[in-house]
Amino acid sequence: MTVRDALNSAIDEEMSADSKVYLMGEEVGEYQGAYKISKGLLQKFGPDRVLDTPITEAGFTGIGVGSAFYGLKPIVEFMTFNFAMQAIDHIINSAAKTNYMSAGQISVPIVFRGPNGAAAGVAAQHSQCFAAWYGSCPGLKVLSPYSAEDARGLLKAAIRDPDPVVFLENEILYGEAFPVSAEVLDPSFVLPIGKAKIEREGTDVTVTAFSKMVGYALKAAEILEKEGINVEVINLRSIRPLDRATINQSVRKTNRLVTVEEGWPQHGIGAEICTSVVEESFDYLDAPVERITGADVPMPYAANLERMAVPQIEDIVRAVKRACSRSARGK
Amino acid sequence: MASCHAPQASFFPQISPPFSADTSSSPIVSCRFPCRYASLQVSSPSSGTFVPRAEEKTKTERNIFACAATASRLVAEKPAPTKKKTTITKEEGLVLYEDMVLGRSFEDMCAQMYYRGKMFGFVHLYNGQEAVSTGFIKCLKEGDFVCSTYRDHVHALSKGVPARSVMSELFGKATGVCRGQGGSMHMFSKEHGVLGGFAFIGEGIPVATGAAFKSKYEKEVLKNDKVDAVSVAFFGDGTCNNGQFFECLNMAALWKLPIIFVVENNLWAIGMSHIRATSDPNIWKKGPAFGIPGVHVDGMDVLKVREVAIEAIARARRGDGPTLVECETYRFRGHSLADPDELPEKAHYAARDPILALKKYLLQHNLADENELKSIQTRIDEVLEDAVDFAEASPLPPRSQLLENVFADPKGFGIGPDGRYRCEDPSFTAGTAQV
Repeated sequence: MTVRDALNSAIDEEMSADSKVYLMGEEVGEYQGAYKISKGLLQKFGPDRVLDTPITEAGFTGIGVGSAFYGLKPIVEFMTFNFAMQAIDHIINSAAKTNYMSAGQISVPIVFRGPNGAAAGVAAQHSQCFAAWYGSCPGLKVLSPYSAEDARGLLKAAIRDPDPVVFLENEILYGEAFPVSAEVLDPSFVLPIGKAKIEREGTDVTVTAFSKMVGYALKAAEILEKEGINVEVINLRSIRPLDRATINQSVRKTNRLVTVEEGWPQHGIGAEICTSVVEESFDYLDAPVERITGADVPMPYAANLERMAVPQIEDIVRAVKRACSRSARGK
Repeated sequence: MASCHAPQASFFPQISPPFSADTSSSPIVSCRFPCRYASLQVSSPSSGTFVPRAEEKTKTERNIFACAATASRLVAEKPAPTKKKTTITKEEGLVLYEDMVLGRSFEDMCAQMYYRGKMFGFVHLYNGQEAVSTGFIKCLKEGDFVCSTYRDHVHALSKGVPARSVMSELFGKATGVCRGQGGSMHMFSKEHGVLGGFAFIGEGIPVATGAAFKSKYEKEVLKNDKVDAVSVAFFGDGTCNNGQFFECLNMAALWKLPIIFVVENNLWAIGMSHIRATSDPNIWKKGPAFGIPGVHVDGMDVLKVREVAIEAIARARRGDGPTLVECETYRFRGHSLADPDELPEKAHYAARDPILALKKYLLQHNLADENELKSIQTRIDEVLEDAVDFAEASPLPPRSQLLENVFADPKGFGIGPDGRYRCEDPSFTAGTAQV
């Protein structure tokens, strides 16, 4: 099943099950979705529940939030999360903070979803990864699926969740197909929010990743296997809350950690994971934590520069080897 | 700080004299600066319904309201004539009076408490603008929504939140309407339909529009015929230059949402005068640009505001869509209690104090006597004394409250080192704020 179909089926099933769920965003209706995620939904549920909005992120996000205050369950689609910056005031100030400001009177069961991070050749203003920014905000839950199973289970959980959820997808993954079990296809399938998945078990080094980087990490693990390094790959699934328990448990087993992310290095996801491990599992570390991130630059346009600005499989392989060759004392 | 000066005549478009020959009986709307709006005439259809007038034949007519209303009758420099088209009953009059007195007295008490150190942070008072809050909110019913800005104490009170709860909230006590977690700028009450309380200007408008959207969705998609809730968004003149305002006018008109956009134009956005900040200071004119009626009303006269409110609310409830109402009003105090209190037009507007105006009206029309009005004031004073005593005596929020209500589903705090969800650990909120 492709990630696209997984997302589509998740939204379809949740909208069928609960008439309070509705979808709004640019091109979600008649255009069948900018990336065809909402294909067929307008035809099935009608224009009252699948709303094509004007290009007014601040306005329609605020409207979504306001309707969620008293019990509707909107899914707000951003064409990419870059555009959500025009609506970030509502995501943070009126969605994330309201349950707290109102002391529990008003909760906001809303989902903000859309593609996040780099695509291919779309340049600086279309390529930012927002996991770290949203991941630092209390009151939000932030999820990032990798496989079709993740996409289905996490999106269903997000739609059913009574809190605001930022759901960071990836444009490149939309078309990728993954095998799914019958359990995943069941309409009641949900994944728990806040639990990471160990995609590949290993003994020598822990590699954490989310979204597209999970695929890269798995490929890097295959390459490293041939060189005798046994890599454990953790698919974070949930950026906030971060599954520190699983990560720390893994590091205590392997004693080495490499974090991988596409976003910018400073104050990124890797920084948080590193700190968590240093705080809780310091004595278990045999080498400094390695952090692989996107380059500290706005995304360039030229294809070769773009390749240099995001982590590639070779970078992960190199970092893992470095983590494994260093010991606790010196190089 | 900007000083106010009479705008030069040449700066503003000259609006020509009335287009209708009959000047004696038709309602006239004035402006506060005669050179800005000349005395305008609005034709008044007898039905009193709002009718957007798309085609204006003459340049004169194009300059005038695109929407006819039976509303405001006011002449620029003279005090409002006491003869009104619609009458109110004694009960209605006293309800309006009591609500405005509550609002004024509450805000005065806030100032006192602030300077005595019981209240802190940002406190924005509503003195002088009571007619707008009372005029609109007293026409709403239970189930309707109100969304405001940081100047929200009186909106919450008018909507029915008890004075005790609001005062406690301002003192930061656990008995406040938001248990001390919101504060002056973030009054929320699910029970009374108060959607906040927002610090950023313009932020409340889409939220109010969303509540109106929900009302329409319930009716049309969830097929709940009994729902006819409307939403009222209050915001200021400064907000009308903000993108979100225009985005919501567009979408509310596009989807015919049951919302009333109420502009409390008090001429000042902190120290920035409306005229210095706005290319066309006629805010009501911006409604017709989106196909919704724009009405201008004297916001210092609660009866006029009420007339317009009744019409706009009925329009929304019927399903005819949004209305933009610009209320000309004024704040008698500074932007907040931390700001200087030096606005130049204070004396002029103090003469148009809405409470004194209503009092005069009630007395002149024998709807109430001095004693009744005085007893209302006394009763309100007692309510406020009680509110302050209650707030003083209330406890501060306990330490465990710090981590409560971040999420509706506290599993959002994630899994702890022991592999269980942190919120399942009974000592989670009792200890330090380690997450």
